[in-house]
Amino acid sequence: MNTAHTPASETILSIRDLSVALPASGDRSYAVQDLTLTIHPGEIVCVVGESGSGKSVTAQAVMGLLPKGQLQPSSGTILLEGEDLLAASPDRLRDLRGSRMAMIFQEPMTALNPVLTVGDQVAEVLHIHTTLDAAACRARVLEMMRAVHLPDPERMIDAYPHQLSGGQRQRIMIAQALILDPALLIADEPTTALDVTTQAQILKLIREMQVRRGTGVLFITHDFGVVADIADRVVVMQHGKLVESGTRDEIILRPQHPYTKMLIASVPSLTPPARAPVTGPVALETTKLSKIYQSGGGWFDKGRIVRAAHEVNLSLRRGETLGVVGESGSGKSTVARCIARLIDPSEGGIWLEGENIATLPQARLRKHRKTVQVIFQDPFRSLNPRRTVGQSIIEGPTNFGLSEQEALERARDLMALVGLSPDALSRYPHQFSGGQRQRISIARALAMQPHILIADEAVSALDVSVQAQVLELLDQIRVKFDLALLFITHDLRVAAQICDRLMVMQKGEVVEEGATVDIFKNPQHPYTKALFDAAPGHDFARSH
Amino acid sequence: MVSFIVRRVLSTLPVMIIVAIVVFAMLRLTPGDPAVVIAGDQATAEQIARIRSNLGLDLPIHVQFVTWIGQLLQGDLGISIFTNMPVSTLIAQRLEPTLMLSLTTICFSVLVAVPLGVWAAWRSGTWTDRVIMVFSVLGFSFPVFVLGYLLIYEFGLTLKWLPTQGYKSPFSDPVGFVRSIIMPTITLSMIYIALVTRITRASVLEVLSEDYIRTARAKGQIERKVLFRHALKNAAVPIATIIGIGIALLIGGAVVTETVFNIPGLGRLVVDAILRRDYPIIQGLILVFSFTYIIINMLIDIAYTFFDPRIRY
Repeated sequence: MNTAHTPASETILSIRDLSVALPASGDRSYAVQDLTLTIHPGEIVCVVGESGSGKSVTAQAVMGLLPKGQLQPSSGTILLEGEDLLAASPDRLRDLRGSRMAMIFQEPMTALNPVLTVGDQVAEVLHIHTTLDAAACRARVLEMMRAVHLPDPERMIDAYPHQLSGGQRQRIMIAQALILDPALLIADEPTTALDVTTQAQILKLIREMQVRRGTGVLFITHDFGVVADIADRVVVMQHGKLVESGTRDEIILRPQHPYTKMLIASVPSLTPPARAPVTGPVALETTKLSKIYQSGGGWFDKGRIVRAAHEVNLSLRRGETLGVVGESGSGKSTVARCIARLIDPSEGGIWLEGENIATLPQARLRKHRKTVQVIFQDPFRSLNPRRTVGQSIIEGPTNFGLSEQEALERARDLMALVGLSPDALSRYPHQFSGGQRQRISIARALAMQPHILIADEAVSALDVSVQAQVLELLDQIRVKFDLALLFITHDLRVAAQICDRLMVMQKGEVVEEGATVDIFKNPQHPYTKALFDAAPGHDFARSH
Repeated sequence: MVSFIVRRVLSTLPVMIIVAIVVFAMLRLTPGDPAVVIAGDQATAEQIARIRSNLGLDLPIHVQFVTWIGQLLQGDLGISIFTNMPVSTLIAQRLEPTLMLSLTTICFSVLVAVPLGVWAAWRSGTWTDRVIMVFSVLGFSFPVFVLGYLLIYEFGLTLKWLPTQGYKSPFSDPVGFVRSIIMPTITLSMIYIALVTRITRASVLEVLSEDYIRTARAKGQIERKVLFRHALKNAAVPIATIIGIGIALLIGGAVVTETVFNIPGLGRLVVDAILRRDYPIIQGLILVFSFTYIIINMLIDIAYTFFDPRIRY
């Protein structure tokens, strides 16, 4: 066990005038510039900012995990319990990582090694930093798994990550990070990839563990709701610089800097605006739409039938936005994919232009493919990286008989419509930011001139300010092309802003349905109420 | 897990039966009468008839098939036309050298190539990486027989460290075995080392950018364990695939190497049998090779589930 650390000093982490240089080819010279912040024992400091603000680079600099040769701290000091980390040798840093400072990450799906059992991965920290024998390690791991409230640790300790839910995996990450009682915990967007109810539980757990152990927490997030729930103090970063810092209430209730004000204003409100009822013709109807999966059997469910969607009835008018809200596993994406016939429904009908397409064979389905278009969640993966943006956009129209010239003409118009320059057509997806890529995805969908647009978590991966712009764009094109918009989301705030009507789904079934304003004012079903309660920072949101 | 292995083993049976039928049909369905071909140009009608009845070709086809399968199940692959010895005996005699050469080649290749590939991936973009990759290209492009003769010339004839020809069994002469197998192993390994190094580098490089590698480093894990405990096992599936394909290709490669080093293995038997048109031997060898491929494929499939718990069939 590492015993060389200095006795508890006043501050756990003290970053002073830290600058991290970017390679010469970058668009600015510093990823982080003149950053100063301190964390005291038992304190949670939230670092807030959008992508590119330098918040993750700061975390990596503290951990000594900056990618070698690309990013290098160029000046300043980072003191962990009084010890200068920038002056420490690689071996010393390795000793400190996992024992005195630990880190949890955004994606619990990918942050755990898929081929090792979760028990082994937690125990690995003990193997690295202690001389405990195997039996003692196992006992410590079990104890820690109980402490993070994992069910049935005796069985779960030998499970592999893919056999656990996202929330359980994040609990494993927390167990692994805190098992040696580090002085500092760095949490990099630890709940961003989780459902709201799971997020609320994980935030509560981090709070609980941190209070009990007096851990100092550097909590990185883009979500002001989370900040409102968990922060003691807040540091706001933009383009690598600290723009404002203060206590939680100072920042959230009385922000001074324009950037902070803009960030807070971009957080969609939980109060939906009034909307006139839509009276256009019905574009899409489903009747008792069901999808059943035969599951292969995981650790805790040995081969059973899963009703991913059960007797879903919906109707959607031209010019209307219907929100389908639910957590992962609620069946909201399954419904969307059935409607687009990306997967085949097990039962029920899907009525498009008077024809039931639920069971149409692929050949006869083709003419309907134009009608329904989908925008997916991850703009980084839904565009083919080896094809130019133009090639991606014109592929659909040329498949349906448009000449390449006409298709390109249409693509140029669409680029202007979504707010990009037409010369973007000859560039590749990696040359664009997330928000721009999502605009490209929208242009690609529109190129098919659909009647129905399905947005499957289309703004979930975006920064709040970008999110607001893309939502606005979606609303504009809905009006312009009289589209029926099926909007799939887990985010109640987003749903409040854009949807005329809402469908709340849980475990494959629709539990509540109605006008957005009514549901927000007076939710009926217990699950809907639970979703509202779990929405991060909802007290703060009601007030602003 | 056990049920998967049992199912996978059972699923090889239909494939083996199909292979057996194809091999049986090959001799019967090829144009012309095999007996005439075997008997040669100067044969009399009597000789041809005798050969035909020796081969059982005068019986109805279904009777032939049942008899043939029956013999096959007892390990009887027929009698060699040229040497008049049972094919199974001939193959058994030649099996050991080839098996041993394949085994040493695979072990040597994997032991050299996997660490080299991991190293190249870890040092990707540096000189180490480039040097390893240049050697790997050389390994691909260097003809097997040239390397074999070069080694013989240097270590056999000039330095006289190693025997130039022949094979010794490890069971009767362990030292002789090691001395005689070194050069053929290096010769045959070169192309597999090149292949496996490349695949290992590519798949480890991909895995190294994964989030769980960052997690391992955040725990304070040392680089060696990050590479071998976290990265390599995740990269193992494509590596195992290419090693499996390598073993299958080995038999072809062994023919040349066995010729260069005068090793009495299966490769030589194949060449001799084809030159002499010894149908029963060719038939028997095709069966043995096919069954080997089927079994290797099965072992690779089973290995996948060992490397990656998410893979279940």
